[in-house]
Amino acid sequence: MQTLKGQIVEQLNLQHIKPEDIGDDQPLFIEGLGLDSIDALELIVLLQQKYGIKLANPSEGPTVFKTVRSIAEYITAHKAA
Amino acid sequence: MQHYITRYVHIDGRAIYVDGTLLYGGETTDAEFLTEAYKGMGLDYPKFYKMDPLSRLAILATEALLRGRRLTQEYKPEDVAVIISCAHSSLDTDLRYQQSMATAPSPSLFVYTLPNVMIGEICIRQGIKGENTCFVSDSFDPDFQADYVNGLLTGNRAEVCISGRADYLRGEMNAFFMLVEKIPASLGEYNSQTTKQLYERQWKN
Repeated sequence: MQTLKGQIVEQLNLQHIKPEDIGDDQPLFIEGLGLDSIDALELIVLLQQKYGIKLANPSEGPTVFKTVRSIAEYITAHKAA
Repeated sequence: MQHYITRYVHIDGRAIYVDGTLLYGGETTDAEFLTEAYKGMGLDYPKFYKMDPLSRLAILATEALLRGRRLTQEYKPEDVAVIISCAHSSLDTDLRYQQSMATAPSPSLFVYTLPNVMIGEICIRQGIKGENTCFVSDSFDPDFQADYVNGLLTGNRAEVCISGRADYLRGEMNAFFMLVEKIPASLGEYNSQTTKQLYERQWKN
C-alpha cells in the first residue's frame, strides 16, 4: 500500500503530503484528503497506466476510491482476475 | 471620474516586486521558481500544487498584490473585477496536455487548457464574484486595458479591479498586476500612461 500511496501523491500532485501521512483507511474525498472530481479521473488514469485496470463500471468509483485500502483491494482483485 | 493604482506587482521569474520594492527573491528559475516563491511567501493553499504554471503565477501575483488585505471584506464580492491579459494563452499547458495524449490524456492538465482558468483560480482563492475577462494579445496594450477597466469602474459595474498581465511559456514568465480603486492613492491615477510607466520601469531594472 505504500507504493500505491506514493503513486497517488505523484499522480495527483499532492506535493504538500507525504505518502506515509495518508492513512490506509482515511477517506480520500471531501472530509479526508479533500480530493475532487478531477482527482477521481486522475485515479482512473492511474489504475489504467500503472496496473492496466479499467474501471468497468463508473458507478463503482465512490466505493473503489473511498480509501487507499479500498483501491488496493480493487487492484488485487482485478489483477488476479 | 478618476481611479487610482493603490498597489502594483511585478514577477519576472526570478523575483517578486511590490510597488517596485523586492518582496521575494528566488534562487531558482522556471516553474520551480513558482513553487519556491509559494513556500517562501509562507502561503498555505495546497490547491496551488495542482495548478498549471500560468495559474500559479497569477495566484502569486494576486497574493503579493493583496498582501494584508482581503478585498471581499472591504467590498461586495460582486464588486471586485479581475481583468487580465496574456500573450501565449494556455499554450504551455496545451502542449503538455498534447504530450500526455500519447499515453493517457491527463484530466488535471485538461482543465487548465484555457487561459481564463487563472482568473477562476484567483476568484476561488479570494472569494471574488465580479466581472472578469482574460484578453489574449501579443503585447501588453495599456490603452485598451485602461479603457476597459475605467469603463467598468465608471459604470459602477465594479468598485475595485485587479488588472494587469500574466504570461507563461516554457519557463519564461512575467506578471504585472495592479490594484485599481476609486480612492486616491500616491501611486497615481490609473490610465494608460501611468500603466506604461510602471510596466516599463520594472523591466528596465
